[in-house]
Amino acid sequence: MSFLSLSNLLKPSTWGTVRGGVHPEYRKALTSEAETLRMPIPQLLRVPLQQHSGAMAEPLVQRDDYVLKGQLIGKARGTMSANIHAPTSGRVIALGAFTAPHPSGLPVPTITIRPDGEDKWGPHLPRLRPEMADPDEIAAHIELAGIVGLGGAAFPAAVKLNQRKRHAVDTLLLNGAECEPYLTCDDRLMRENAEEIVDGAGIMGRAIGVKQIIVGIESNKPDAITALRRFKFALGIPFSVKVVPAQYPMGSAKHLVLAVTGKEVPARARTAEMGVLVYNVGTAHAVHLAVRYGEPLISRVITVSGRGVARPSNVKVLIGTPISDIIDFCGGFVGEIDRVILGGPMMGHPVASLRVPVVKGTCGVLAMTVSETRKSDQMPCIRCGSCVGACANGLTPFDLNAKIQAGDLEGAAKVGLMDCMSCGSCAYACPSGIPLLQAFDYARGKLAERQGRKHQQEETKRLAAARKAREEAIAEAKKQMMLKRKAEMAAKKKAEEAAAASEMPPPATGSAIQGEATP
Amino acid sequence: MITAAASMSALGLGLGYLLGAAARKFHVETPPIVEEIAKILPGTNCGACGFPGCNGLAEAMAEGNAPVTACTPGGRDVALALAEIVTVEEGAQAGPIAEIEPMVAFVFEDHCTGCQKCFKRCPTDAIIGGAKQIHTVVMDACIGCDACIEVCPTEAIVARVKPKTLNNWFWDKPDVAFGGQAKPQTAEQAA
Repeated sequence: MSFLSLSNLLKPSTWGTVRGGVHPEYRKALTSEAETLRMPIPQLLRVPLQQHSGAMAEPLVQRDDYVLKGQLIGKARGTMSANIHAPTSGRVIALGAFTAPHPSGLPVPTITIRPDGEDKWGPHLPRLRPEMADPDEIAAHIELAGIVGLGGAAFPAAVKLNQRKRHAVDTLLLNGAECEPYLTCDDRLMRENAEEIVDGAGIMGRAIGVKQIIVGIESNKPDAITALRRFKFALGIPFSVKVVPAQYPMGSAKHLVLAVTGKEVPARARTAEMGVLVYNVGTAHAVHLAVRYGEPLISRVITVSGRGVARPSNVKVLIGTPISDIIDFCGGFVGEIDRVILGGPMMGHPVASLRVPVVKGTCGVLAMTVSETRKSDQMPCIRCGSCVGACANGLTPFDLNAKIQAGDLEGAAKVGLMDCMSCGSCAYACPSGIPLLQAFDYARGKLAERQGRKHQQEETKRLAAARKAREEAIAEAKKQMMLKRKAEMAAKKKAEEAAAASEMPPPATGSAIQGEATP
Repeated sequence: MITAAASMSALGLGLGYLLGAAARKFHVETPPIVEEIAKILPGTNCGACGFPGCNGLAEAMAEGNAPVTACTPGGRDVALALAEIVTVEEGAQAGPIAEIEPMVAFVFEDHCTGCQKCFKRCPTDAIIGGAKQIHTVVMDACIGCDACIEVCPTEAIVARVKPKTLNNWFWDKPDVAFGGQAKPQTAEQAA
């Protein structure tokens, strides 16, 4: 909650809000009133093996293999990973590196599938009755289905579910805030698939063993609120809707927990430590499909919006669909496109190429015209404090930025660089147009790199020591071998001598006799 | 025969004793700074600095014959750590140390004959491969010391800048360009 001050009490607009934040123009009306469309199967699907946070999945198919819809093609590697399934039936035409849907445009191992158009299902996941199933069984099933958080971070859902073993979790909070401008995919999902979402939430609630399920929805989605208010129980667990004020970044898990339950999550702690687990509404829908119908996560709803798209709409697409196909499906580009963004306009990133695919964590494709973006010249910082007021985590962005520009990254880390969640409110609020968020991203990357190098130095020392020890051991073994061989040779010689000696006696005695005889 | 053996042994023993006595008498303490420097250096004896191994560099550095930046595989961190214990002469080092891109070795598989020379030379065991098999470099273990490049008879190994991956990529440092063309690369300024 905001600081309880008299001035805040006098302003009803600040009631129930979190500290800081900004109020960008939402522009959700572009897509919020149109029904979700289903996109036909594209010509080509590119399924990256790294779509989630954690380790890359291991490919299970080879070139020219025929895959069926829902077939496991990438196996989770290690605990922090997720399974990847074929989005439709077809032939694997390549298994190589392709540009990742990432601002760097670096390649990522990708399975390219040419769909055969038949959309033939392989075997579904085993059916599960969540009413009777064991919590571990449900968690294992969610892991099998390759479900990750669909809000954007793509954190493996089963890994989050397993936090129940370490913390006493009593509340499941569904995140329907959708605070990013333009995006309406969660809004549409809540309106069109309310029952499925509630069921999915109930399944997860049973798996975690919570006492209540709450959906946090921003007040600018009245239809979604009405749709979900019809439900009072989810699989027997009390279910309620909590309306939170429309404010960016309300959709951040920690801030939603604060606004809904009043519990403030400490810095660098997880929400589970406060007894709350937060899932996106889309994740709940995916869990419903996986458990009730045995469908793995192979498609998702994304918002295609921005004034640069002819027909902005919400589209249900297969994972791996190239974004150029999606834009074509929505009528192509209109006007002068300034940039194409994956995700929301606040936290999303520009794409390196229009051929990159949609992945599990993609929630939107935005084509922005020049009229929608604001490229202002950078001016010096005037210490106005707008960024401090906008920071939802109570940091001092101008100070962080000054430290980073001066090269004092450790100093920036000391004053809270690691607590920044990259929401971009500070850069949005800055009247001087300073790219604050970019500086923070840079600084964190640099610090991580330094940490990595330090780690490598130590590893190098260890490797060198190991090599030295091995070489010494080999030399020692050689020496021992030589000594042994020498000893063997000596023993052999001795034995020979002994043998010779034992054979000698007759002639020796003979000679002795002879010797004796000669004089 | 006996006289020859006896005289040689006596000579050897005498000279050995003399040498031992001389080592005791004219013993030179290794300055502790050499050991301290050697502790900071990677200890791989890769030879990239041009001195005979890490100890050789440590001695040269202690005498002031080598700059603290001599260890290229160690990079900036090692140089900074060394600069704290080695007296840097005035004018010897002007300005901050440029950060060098980490390098790694790369094997052109067409040229590799599987001679195993690099395999044996690599100080961190970063090269793997059997006899008459194509060798390859484990990038996480390679320190970019160039030792393998020197021994390769077919010039199949080159040094490359360590490739970035999705996990270690990050945005460039934004320019401070007042009134000029600031590059807002993230989309936070939309709307």
